[in-house]
Amino acid sequence: MKNKSSWLFLLGLIIIYFITLIFKPSKFYEALSYFSNIMLIIFPIFVLILILMVLINYFVKTKKIIKILGKNSGIKGYVLVIISGIISSGPIYMWYPLLKNLNEKGMKKGLIATFLYCRAIKIPLLPLLILYFGLPFTIIFNLLIIIGGIVQGIIFDIFKIE
Amino acid sequence: MRKFNESIIKSLKGLWNAFPILIGIILLISLINVLIPKSTYSLIFTGNYFMDSFVGGILGSILAGNPITSYIIGGELLNEGISLIAITAFLVCWVTVGLIQLPAEVTILGKKFAIIRNLISFIFSIVIAIITTIGVNLI
Repeated sequence: MKNKSSWLFLLGLIIIYFITLIFKPSKFYEALSYFSNIMLIIFPIFVLILILMVLINYFVKTKKIIKILGKNSGIKGYVLVIISGIISSGPIYMWYPLLKNLNEKGMKKGLIATFLYCRAIKIPLLPLLILYFGLPFTIIFNLLIIIGGIVQGIIFDIFKIE
Repeated sequence: MRKFNESIIKSLKGLWNAFPILIGIILLISLINVLIPKSTYSLIFTGNYFMDSFVGGILGSILAGNPITSYIIGGELLNEGISLIAITAFLVCWVTVGLIQLPAEVTILGKKFAIIRNLISFIFSIVIAIITTIGVNLI
């Protein structure tokens, strides 16, 4: 989807919201309130991502990215993206621009896949997961997410999916 | 200083390009969350382990939002007697597969990457659901 299509997509949704306002005003206000809540939550993350992008663009040289997260990054690259995936917060789509930026500087797509997969582990929510599903479930579930993330990264690397 | 300003402009440009699609996705997620009542989720499970894990995965792929919501829905579904396999597939897909945010992923990270990543993540969710359930039953 090119940038023009992105604006059309946004315009289409605004039109759908107007239609909802006409036919189901209560749902419109509910959706708008839901939207405002998400925006309030993601605003600090948005600022954090902007700062990270500026710092990476300013300080980190392409050579360094290629060394740490490029084709020959090895186990270190996986460890780095698994940890950063687990500690990264906010919605997944907020991280796409930063990942694109890193990819343009040399980060391999396999590591992007691993990062996105390992975001399924949410440390602050672990007590809730234990409460609902128990400790054995939580341990197995999270271990398999890490393994799944690594396997996915390897698949992307082996088949050179770009 | 000039290089720093260039870095700011480059970063802002990158975020501005992603802006319409990101706002659109958030609008879409908000509308879907409001229009589909959570109580309807339990109606689509059949009781068949394989089918339910597939349905759980599909449901988790379509719905989006904070993972806390998926844990709460998953917990409620478990209380209603839905199988752990189905709920695990649902939980994994909720965070790793994103049909609603797919346009954003395609636009920003590339079509091939986005489609294959989501497809693999969906398959993995069922595998993880099966292994987790077997593991929990063994302990």
